[in-house]
Amino acid sequence: MLCLLFFLVTAVGAELCQPDAENAFKVRLSIRTALGDKAYAWDTNEEYLFKAMVAFSMRKVPNRETTEISHVLLCNVTQRVSFWFVVTDPSKNHTLPAVEIQSAIRMNRNRINSAFFLNDQTLEFLKIPSTLAPPTDPTMPIWMIIFSVIFCIVIVAVMLLIFSGIRQRRRKSKGPSEVDDTEDKCENMITIENGIPCDPLDTKGGHINDVFMTEDERLTPL
Amino acid sequence: MEKSRPLWANPLQFVFACISYAVGLGNVWRFPYLCQMYGGGSFLVPYLVMLIVEGMPLLYLELAVGQRMRQGSIGAWKTISPYLGGVGLASVVVSFFLSMYYNIINAWAFWYLFHSFQDPLPWSVCPLNDNHTGYDEECEKASSTQYFWYRKTLNISPSIQDSGRVQWEPALCLVLAWLVVYLCVLRGTQSTGKVVYFTALLPYCVLIIYLVRGLTLHGATNGLAYMFTPKLEQLANPKAWINAATQIFFSLGLGFGSLIAFASYNEPSNNCQKHAIIVSLINSSTSIFASIVTFSIYGFKATFNYESCLNKVILLLTNSFDLEDGFLTASNLEQVKGYLASTFPGKYSEVLPQMRNCSLQAELATAVQGTGLSFIVYTEAIKNMEVSQLWSVLYFFMLLMLGIGSMLGNTAAILTPLTDSKVVSSHLPKEAISGLVCLVNCVIGLVFTMESGNYWFDIFNDYAATLSLLLIVLVETIAVCYVYGLRRFESDLEAMTGRGLNWYWKAMWAGVSPLLIVSLFVFYLSDYILTGTLQYQAWDAFQGQLVTKDYPPYALAVIGLLVASSIMCIPLVALGTFITRCLKRGDTPPAA
Repeated sequence: MLCLLFFLVTAVGAELCQPDAENAFKVRLSIRTALGDKAYAWDTNEEYLFKAMVAFSMRKVPNRETTEISHVLLCNVTQRVSFWFVVTDPSKNHTLPAVEIQSAIRMNRNRINSAFFLNDQTLEFLKIPSTLAPPTDPTMPIWMIIFSVIFCIVIVAVMLLIFSGIRQRRRKSKGPSEVDDTEDKCENMITIENGIPCDPLDTKGGHINDVFMTEDERLTPL
Repeated sequence: MEKSRPLWANPLQFVFACISYAVGLGNVWRFPYLCQMYGGGSFLVPYLVMLIVEGMPLLYLELAVGQRMRQGSIGAWKTISPYLGGVGLASVVVSFFLSMYYNIINAWAFWYLFHSFQDPLPWSVCPLNDNHTGYDEECEKASSTQYFWYRKTLNISPSIQDSGRVQWEPALCLVLAWLVVYLCVLRGTQSTGKVVYFTALLPYCVLIIYLVRGLTLHGATNGLAYMFTPKLEQLANPKAWINAATQIFFSLGLGFGSLIAFASYNEPSNNCQKHAIIVSLINSSTSIFASIVTFSIYGFKATFNYESCLNKVILLLTNSFDLEDGFLTASNLEQVKGYLASTFPGKYSEVLPQMRNCSLQAELATAVQGTGLSFIVYTEAIKNMEVSQLWSVLYFFMLLMLGIGSMLGNTAAILTPLTDSKVVSSHLPKEAISGLVCLVNCVIGLVFTMESGNYWFDIFNDYAATLSLLLIVLVETIAVCYVYGLRRFESDLEAMTGRGLNWYWKAMWAGVSPLLIVSLFVFYLSDYILTGTLQYQAWDAFQGQLVTKDYPPYALAVIGLLVASSIMCIPLVALGTFITRCLKRGDTPPAA
């Protein structure tokens, strides 16, 4: 009797878990791609761990806290490594709806991945899309910060150059006008006697009469 | 008392200014493309021939004219012949058009430079779509680098008719680019002379670093082998020779008036013949050097894509046939494919349409030039390198140096005639003139930051300078040789520099170069006429690729206006001078 029951259970189990069965999911692992030389072999112990992880995920769903490892059925394990799995209810007659299993796996995807040292691409649940990481948008885009820094530096440099240029030009325009002032003063110092300006003859470009030059020698020094 | 003309602090500054002007973006993104299209290693033959026959003589001519006349382009050509002031004016107009659109490239380089300080690089990953279930559609169909260029940087519209709004982010970068240019030209040769040390030397530092990095990349040798394998049959293709001639011509920046402006700040006794040879040789060797770097990067990118393609095929087969993970490798792929095709024919024929044919040659053969090369292909290669932020920063910094170096030459070509003219310089100081020119260019340049801005950029890039420059340089050569007189010019140069003029230069100036330019001009005209309507490449967001469209009538009108406005300066000014002279002669009665 017990043998018959056991046979019935396994037969039912075999029917529940089949490729493309209702509420069944295909899983594909690429262990060698992910780990290279450190790849482990896929054996029944790894399968046990997998069943445990799925049961763990289901236990987090409300109303399903009583899911046991024996409720998770695996079948059609290939060399790839790929297999199908279903999760049955405590009576082991029906499989749990796909929607519940999907949401449970999605919630705990990271834990399942890390248990096997894999990621979303190397441990694939076909028909369960992985949630993509949300984009990290900083409050202030980084490029704006760098742009503002360089913008300010350039503006400061431009201002510096413009103001130093203006100062240089002011200094230059003051300089020649000062020289002009002294020249004017020199000209103003020309003494005028009897209405005739007494310029030194050589600045007027005149010729000096050598006859009168010798007069100085006639006067004997005192 | 006449104000003495500002001079370069030493001849090295002049050489660096010329190098920094001539070595520009064209060396980096046009020459490798031409090399690839016209026979790889064998393209060097027409290139070097054209350098000796066309590049060096015309460069020497411009430098000699500038150094002799000691004025900007307008004044220099007026001195040669009063009727030829229009040549100088045409140069200024072309330089004005160039500076309008060239600085937007610097703005884009700034944009990418600022975005290089993020991890991961923003163009390496696709953004998520609205409900976070997958990636953005446009990004999936194109690639993440294309998406970042066309959507995030340009926000490009589907056609030139849809102008859209001015995008504030590129507009800010454009303002910054113009501020930097203003900072460099503010004080004339004083400031420009110091800046050119950096803009001339830093790109070489970066290129050397990239050369070392590029040659050590995986797959670089594929690209180099592809490029340098000479395809000797291309030597018989006239297009190869014509493109070599045009590349030398535009790469040296002849006809813009910048070289005349730079040379006008020289000491009259400067040996400009030596400098002309040095600058043209350095320009050409930089092109070749840059193409070695580019092709090693190409090789890396092509090998990377080829291997990803192979991996995708391997994954597809492994999943469809539930083979053991790691069993299929690149080496046994063909064998296993054959085995699977024979053992499971039905299933194999199902999978076959999804398998792409991976070919390294096809990846290498994608030849790109221009902004596509720098902002799409290079960024794709950079994102796959280690420490990609560093390489990205270095690369866009180099692009900036190259671009700003060329901009300095362009603005010098506009500013030198303005500061030389007594009308303008008596009313406004030098800083105000430069500021005004930069401001006007910046405001007009905002057109290129609109959503259709890239299409207008292509118009300016293809048509603003090409035909006009050929005509300008042709008139320049004929003016010096036949109007001014080659013997007179020769004696001027001898008196100025103390060295005689070699027969080679005389032969080139008088005969070979004008003929060459005429043939280039005829070729361009016939090419425009034969192709009929002009077309452009527009980005289709739904397909994720470029499509060809016809230009609308008003765009064609703008093209015509661009070309005509610079060319017509020459005859109009000549006519104007003739008429004013006739009137003057008519006014003053002949002396009895």
